[in-house]
Amino acid sequence: MNVLAYLIPISLVLGGVGLAGFIYTLRAHQYDDPEGDSRRILNDQWDDRPRPD
Amino acid sequence: MEQQAQIVACPGCLVPPPASASPPAARSNAQIALSLPTIHCQACIARVEQALERHPNVNAARVNLTLRRVMIDAEPDVTAAHLADLLRAEGYEAHELDMASLTQTDTDLIGKDLLMRLAVAGFASMNVMLLSVAVWSGATDVTRDLFHWISAAITLPAIAFSARPFFANAWRALSARRLNMDVPISLAIVLALVSSLWETWLSGAHAYFDAALTLTFFLLAGRWLDARTRAVARSAAEELTALEVPRALRFCNGDWVETPVAQLVVGDRLLVRPGARVPVDGTVLDGRSELDRALLTGETMPVAVQTGDGLCAGELNLTGPLTIVATAVGADTSLHRLAALVALAEGGRARYTSLADRAAKLYAPGVHILSALAFAGWWLWSGDLRLALNIAAAVLIITCPCALGLAVPAVTTAASGRLFRKGVLIKNATALERLSEVDTVVFDKTGTVTQGVPHPLNWGDISRPAQRLAFALAQGSSHPLSQAICAAAQAGGLHPADVAQRRENPGRGIEAIWDGRRVRLGRPDWLGVQDDSGDLVVALDMGDGAAVQLRFSDHLRAGSAELVAALQRMNIAVRLVSGDRPSAVQQVANRLGIDDWQAEVPPEGKARIIADLQQHGHKVLMVGDGLNDTAALAGAHVSISPASALDAARVAADIVLLGHDLGPVADSLLIAKQATRRIKENFRIATLYNVVAVPLAIAGLATPLIAALAMSASSITVSLNALRLRGRS
Repeated sequence: MNVLAYLIPISLVLGGVGLAGFIYTLRAHQYDDPEGDSRRILNDQWDDRPRPD
Repeated sequence: MEQQAQIVACPGCLVPPPASASPPAARSNAQIALSLPTIHCQACIARVEQALERHPNVNAARVNLTLRRVMIDAEPDVTAAHLADLLRAEGYEAHELDMASLTQTDTDLIGKDLLMRLAVAGFASMNVMLLSVAVWSGATDVTRDLFHWISAAITLPAIAFSARPFFANAWRALSARRLNMDVPISLAIVLALVSSLWETWLSGAHAYFDAALTLTFFLLAGRWLDARTRAVARSAAEELTALEVPRALRFCNGDWVETPVAQLVVGDRLLVRPGARVPVDGTVLDGRSELDRALLTGETMPVAVQTGDGLCAGELNLTGPLTIVATAVGADTSLHRLAALVALAEGGRARYTSLADRAAKLYAPGVHILSALAFAGWWLWSGDLRLALNIAAAVLIITCPCALGLAVPAVTTAASGRLFRKGVLIKNATALERLSEVDTVVFDKTGTVTQGVPHPLNWGDISRPAQRLAFALAQGSSHPLSQAICAAAQAGGLHPADVAQRRENPGRGIEAIWDGRRVRLGRPDWLGVQDDSGDLVVALDMGDGAAVQLRFSDHLRAGSAELVAALQRMNIAVRLVSGDRPSAVQQVANRLGIDDWQAEVPPEGKARIIADLQQHGHKVLMVGDGLNDTAALAGAHVSISPASALDAARVAADIVLLGHDLGPVADSLLIAKQATRRIKENFRIATLYNVVAVPLAIAGLATPLIAALAMSASSITVSLNALRLRGRS
C-alpha cells in the first residue's frame, strides 16, 4: 500500500493543475466569445507573421 | 432675459469641468460599442476589424461574434456614428450601442462567479469521490482513516469557497426570520461536515464528505443554469435599450449642439427634426408640424401643432422642424409620470409566489422536523449521541433538495432556449409559470395587433393620373400617409407625374404646380373638404375644383389573426382595448374576430380594466407596446411587448417578442404549459426518491453509498426529464 503515498499526492496535483488551468482561462476572458474564437482560427491573416501589438 | 436664459440653458458650456467630470472618465479611451446583427463568420470578423483598424484614430477593435458586437478603442474625437457609417460602407448593418446602459448592468459577473465555484466543487468532489470509492469497496482501519482525513482536508476549504452563495442566502433569510430553500441546504452541508469530522476523529466507518460536495456541485449547477438563462435574456434586452441613444439638439452659444438628454434642463431651447422623437415635455417656440402620438395614446391620426402648443416627451415629429423650449425634463416629464402608475400597478404581481418557493415552503419545515424527530428518537432509544447525530445528518443529506434545486432551472433553461430561437425573450424568472395560468388575453391595438403603419383603402378607385400625381406629391415626405401612398404607387409600378415647385407645408400638406395648375395633397380641412367619418383621410386637389379623398387604415400585424383564432381554440377569452377612435377599433376587432372591444380608453382605464378582471379571478395576459399600456403591462398577471415598443413598455413587460410576427405568442403559451407540467413532474420525481430513501435513512440503514446513489440518480432523472422539452417542436 506504500504506493498510495505517491499516488494520492500525484492525483491531487494533477487535478489541481486542471483546476488552475480552468481558473486561468476564466480569468483571461476566454469564455466571452466562444463562437468567435472557434472561427478566428480559420482566418489566415496572421499565418505568416504574428500580429504586431 | 436672453442672457439669463442662456445661462440656465447651458451650464455645461459655461463650466465644463465639473459638469462633464464623470462621463469623460469612462470615455478616456473612448470605448465605443456597435451592434452588428448581420455578421456570421470568420471573414466578417476579419473584414470588420481591418476596416476599423485602417482608420487612423482607432487604436484597437475586437469583434465578439457570440454577442454580434464590436468594441472599439478609439481617440476621443472619433464618433460612433462615423464608425457605423464606415462599416455600412463595407456592407454590414451597424447600430450604435449606448455604452452606459451596457456596462451599468453587466450581468456576466454573477455567472462567472458561479462558474468558478462550480469548477472548484467539481474538482474537489471528483477527488473525494475517488477516495470514497476506495472506502466503499472495503478499505479498513488506518487506510480508511487516512482516506477520510484527506477527504476532510479537500472538502473543508472547497465547501467554504463553493457553498458560500447558499450560506449567504440562508443567513439573509434567517436574519429576516424566514425560511427558504437555502436554509435546509446549508444545514445539511454543515451538519454532514460536523458529523463526518466527528466520525473521522473517532475512526468511524461512515463519512459524508463526498455527499456534501456532490450536493454543492449539483445545486451550483442549477444556480448557474438559472443565472446563464437570465443573463442571455437580459443582455438581449439591454441591447434593445442600448440601441436608443437618447440625444437632443440644444441651442448653445449660437449653434445647435448634440447633447445627451440626461443633461437637458428646463428652459433649454431644442430643435426637433422631422422623424425624431420629442426628448422632453415642452412648448413650441417656432415652426409647425404634425405629431404621431400612437405610442403614447394609441391614436393613429397625426395631430397638427404650431407655435404655443404643448408637446409631450416620446411623441414623434413628422413633417416640419420644430424649435421647442423645455418645460419639464427627466423625472418630471409626462413619460416618467407614467412610471408612478406602473409602480402602483406592480404591487399585484409581487404577491406571486413561484412554484419553487411554494415547494420550499412545504418542504423546508418538513425536512427539519423529520430529521429532528429522527435525532430525538434515536437518542432516546439508544442513548448514543454520536449515532443519533449521524442518522440526523443522513436524513438531511438524503432529503436535501438536490433534485428540487435542479427541477426548475433545468426546465426553464430548456424552455427559454426553445422560445429564444422562436424570437421570444423571457425576461422574468417566473414569467413562464405565470404564462401557463393565463385564461384571458387583453390586446392593445395600435402597434400591437396592427403594424401602426397605414395603407390606402380606396387606392384602386381613383383615376390613374390622380394616382401618379399623388405619388409625385407624396415623394420625399416623412409623413406616414405620404409614405403609404408612395408604397402603394411603387407596388403598382407607377411613375410619378411631372410637378414643379413642390413645397411641403408642415402641419397641412404638400403643394406644387402641375400642368400650370396649383395642386395640393393634404389634410381635408386645408383643402376645404368636409370630412366627419373619423377615418384617416387625405384629400387630393388636382386643380380642377373637386377634391379626391384617399382613405387609409392600419395593416394587421403578421400572425395576429391566426393568434386570435388559436387563442379562441384554446378557450382563452380575447379582448381588444385601445385609446383610438371607436370606428378604427371596431374595424380591427371585426377583422380579427374579437367581439369584446373597448375604444378611447385612457392609460389609467387600461390598468383599471386589467385590475377588474383580476379581481374577478381571471389571470390576464396583456400584450401591448405603447406608453399608455405600461401600467396595464405591469399590472397584468403576465405581459408581452413587441421589440418595436418604446423602452418603457419593454421594461414593464415580462416577455419581449423579437420579430415582427405575433404568432410566437401562441407557441409561448403552449411551451409555458408544457414547462410547468415538467416542473411539477420533476417535483414529483424528487419526492418519489425521497419517499423511497427517507425510511432507509430514518431506520439507520443509509450508508454514504446509498446517499450518493440516490442524490445522483434523482438529479440526473430530473435533468433528463427537463431536456425532453427541448427536443419536441
